[in-house]
Amino acid sequence: MSNNTFLGMPSLPVYGHGNLNATEPFPQAAQRELGNAQLRANLGHATHTIRDKRLKVVAELPDWEDMRDAGSAIKDGTMANLPALLEQFEANFTARGGTIHWARDAQEANEIVTGLIRETGETEVVKVKSMATQEIGLNEYLEEQGIAAYETDLAELIVQLDHDKPSHILVPAIHKNRSQVREIFLREMPVVDPNLTDEPARLAEAARAHLRKKFLSAKVAVSGANFGLADTGTLTVVESEGNGRMCLTLPETLITVMGIEKLLPKWEDLEVFMQLLPRSSTGERMNPYTSLWTGVTPGDGPQNVHLVLLDNGRTAALADEMGRTALNCIRCSACMNVCPVYERTGGHAYGSTYPGPIGAILSPLMTGIKSEENNSLPYASSLCGACYDACPVKINIPEILVHLRGKDVDSKRSKTRLPSQMDLMMKGAEWAFSSGSHLNLLEKGLPLGKLAAGRSKTIKKLPGIAAGWTQSRDIPAPPTQSFRQWWAKEHKPVAAVVPGSTTTEGDQA
Amino acid sequence: MKSFIYVRRSNLGCGQSTSTGFCPTVGIMKIALFATCIVDAMYPRTAQATVKILERLGHEVVFPAGQACCGQMHVNSGYFKEAHAVVANHVEAFDTDDYDVAVAPSGSCVASVKHQHELVARRCGDAALEARAAAVGAKTYELSQLLTDVLGITNAAEQLGSHFPHKVTYHPSCHGMRLLRLQDRQLNLLASVGGIEMVELPEADQCCGFGGTFSMKNADVSSAMMDDKAANICGTGADLCSGGDASCLLHIGGGLSRQGSKVGTLHFAEILASTLEEPASVNGEVMLAGGKR
Amino acid sequence: MSAREDIMNRIKSALQDAPETPVVPRAYRRSSQMTAEQRLEQLVDRLVDYKANVFVTPAEGAAAQLAELLAGSTSIVVPHGLPESWLSAVKNDAGSPAVHVDAPDARLTTAELDAVDAVVTAAAVAVSETGTIMLAGSEDQGRRVISLVPDRHVCILLAEQIVEVLPEAIARLEATRPQTWISGPSATSDIELERVEGVHGPRTLDVIILT
Repeated sequence: MSNNTFLGMPSLPVYGHGNLNATEPFPQAAQRELGNAQLRANLGHATHTIRDKRLKVVAELPDWEDMRDAGSAIKDGTMANLPALLEQFEANFTARGGTIHWARDAQEANEIVTGLIRETGETEVVKVKSMATQEIGLNEYLEEQGIAAYETDLAELIVQLDHDKPSHILVPAIHKNRSQVREIFLREMPVVDPNLTDEPARLAEAARAHLRKKFLSAKVAVSGANFGLADTGTLTVVESEGNGRMCLTLPETLITVMGIEKLLPKWEDLEVFMQLLPRSSTGERMNPYTSLWTGVTPGDGPQNVHLVLLDNGRTAALADEMGRTALNCIRCSACMNVCPVYERTGGHAYGSTYPGPIGAILSPLMTGIKSEENNSLPYASSLCGACYDACPVKINIPEILVHLRGKDVDSKRSKTRLPSQMDLMMKGAEWAFSSGSHLNLLEKGLPLGKLAAGRSKTIKKLPGIAAGWTQSRDIPAPPTQSFRQWWAKEHKPVAAVVPGSTTTEGDQA
Repeated sequence: MKSFIYVRRSNLGCGQSTSTGFCPTVGIMKIALFATCIVDAMYPRTAQATVKILERLGHEVVFPAGQACCGQMHVNSGYFKEAHAVVANHVEAFDTDDYDVAVAPSGSCVASVKHQHELVARRCGDAALEARAAAVGAKTYELSQLLTDVLGITNAAEQLGSHFPHKVTYHPSCHGMRLLRLQDRQLNLLASVGGIEMVELPEADQCCGFGGTFSMKNADVSSAMMDDKAANICGTGADLCSGGDASCLLHIGGGLSRQGSKVGTLHFAEILASTLEEPASVNGEVMLAGGKR
Repeated sequence: MSAREDIMNRIKSALQDAPETPVVPRAYRRSSQMTAEQRLEQLVDRLVDYKANVFVTPAEGAAAQLAELLAGSTSIVVPHGLPESWLSAVKNDAGSPAVHVDAPDARLTTAELDAVDAVVTAAAVAVSETGTIMLAGSEDQGRRVISLVPDRHVCILLAEQIVEVLPEAIARLEATRPQTWISGPSATSDIELERVEGVHGPRTLDVIILT
């Protein structure tokens, strides 16, 4: 992107920090995760279940595509008018007794939240599942500050109890099956029925018992938000279990952390997104619970209400004209559920809080392509396009993946650096494919390939970067001549024929 | 067994019916073949089959000699700068009024011509190329699109004389399915071939794992995807798997071959071109009735 | 420079290319194409699918239906604006549950709410297509907490409050009121994507629809 600045403007982009990085190259992480048979079985089962559910409820609506068109346009409009909408939201939320804080990055957001908790004198908070707080590493930060944060979403609870990391944005424990969850509960819950079975209903009951007291005595809650409505100053949390309602209703203090891109211009826009989101994410017609609040309502719910508006690299993504639609994401996770790569590697292989296809574009957009191993993420896709079809706001993920690959390649172009094997291959292919006569010249070597293939008529091992191909695939022996050689030497237009039925005209053939 | 009798069609105009009952929907067309680099170098029979089908219908096929590759390997690998020359070469070869429509036996390459070429030109700041690329893209068709939408082929057995007495399953490649929205065009053409037995491929819409350089850069994930595709194909009991993209078929075929499977792959153009008199061949060997080679 | 100014400047700088604001195509359905009977039928179907218990009864039978449902309960909580008539059978019967009224001047504590067997509320509007009931904090719906802490929620809905599609409900709701949209009892699909009902929110949802 350009580094254009105008008067008083900071130099862009300002990248985000926190849990947004692949810490090892994706292929390496993927290789390890692929070796975990249990993980693959769990993921295969879960992603197929959710895919089928989603397809079923999406097919129910005659106007699904109309809704996607509306959702996409609403979000494009949001990004185009973000400054005005943020001001409008701020004015409305503040007018009704809420307090707004702005955080440039993860560190600043963590400090603001910590300060707000300290003001209450509490050392414990309950949390609603929130991608934003995962992204900024809030739990870890609070722990360092002597504040205990209790995750209350069942899957987040499982992951937290197991000292593990979420692997999916909607179902963070998608990589665990029921018997693994049972083992974690038996091992980590202070009070638990030793006869606990692995039935999901019993496990949910155990989670209820475990958290009930925490909810009823909590003084401070930390949440994320799914949507912020600019024209009313309303915040929305979409959930299933009621843990969200508990956190949003019972404590005296509510601190919400929300990315600046989560706004929708108008209240009526919610009618689009509350149809797109549940069907795309859990494959339900509607999620069990949705809570909406606008600042403070006297006598109803928390009376000390804060919102931290977070940048942390979102403006960097916004500055990328090709990539900015990634900010339209509503975190439904439909893209990862349909992704053949995610299905096999799981979320941990992506390193970042945001895994799957959307993570493969969002993470490098927010951190910059050069951050740690994030330049390996845009390649974590066969570009099959299933994600684009599933996306409720029509983010063209494959196109942005390719765009970011271009940024990666360009970021490494330098006169001093030795070209990689891929660079050389691409350079060679540029020569070969930029002229029919060049290609023809090369194709004259095809018989050599046939010779190399030998009697088995297959090539079983290639060197260098092509070795990846031949680790599990043969290459057939090439033909003795190319099509263009055949065309030049042998092609004679065949007589035009029209097949007929088996009639008496047969003799004319 | 039903046999086919060919009648010369040289003087047929649009809309005329003949005593055979066949009525072409368009007049004689001049069709430029874009063979695609992989077919040109690795699967010339697919291009030959494409030519055969179109000539059998009475159309004139031309082969713009300057053509090489659509450039999607470069684009999809992020080498936009290097893609520029490749795209420019394609546009140069096909930006003429010397043909009515262009056709390629590949959903992926046609999608690149239609969707990527303008992007590459724009990204490289080449406005003139962008406009020409759009014009070329607009008259380029994938083979099943051309046959179905332009040439009105609804029954390959009757209209093309296609005959292929084998058990076949079909993999709809991603780019044809999702970028060109080919829907069931290829499948319907295959299903209308004389003597063919089509068997449904479970999870057909799942990517085979090829993805160009993805299969090298992320070889492990790609292999895992290919394994599942191969298992699904073998589970159908089909003699071979057909499809519309030589690259995916190369990938699937390469995997099946490594696993020692007898199941082969064959482009749908070759199945459409196959007749009783001239049966199609797989891996250079003629396919005989009963799947024997 | 404050963080606010900084972020605003970053955004403005990021948008230097002045992307256009598209006109939002709202071709999706925004009004009902169903009859009242069809909407009722659809809502019942959806709620049952969510594992809610649904009782359709003429308006005059409200009190009797409610009393029957609460027969085994010891105590319930109601918002102070709940129509008196609905509770008439509960209050008149000997052996009826104790009725706690949550009012602005007499609010139940969380512990008290945790001790009651059920809560009875009205609703603002319901969407048949999605099986969703909206509560919006009116006097007959009460504070959010009263329909949350008790383990059983009995919600009384008037048939005329049922719309077919979500946009119709959005048009009827006031955004700034505290709202809870309820589609069945609390549930989770967090373990192997298998839906099970009953986690932290009320584990039983009874819906009485008055025709």
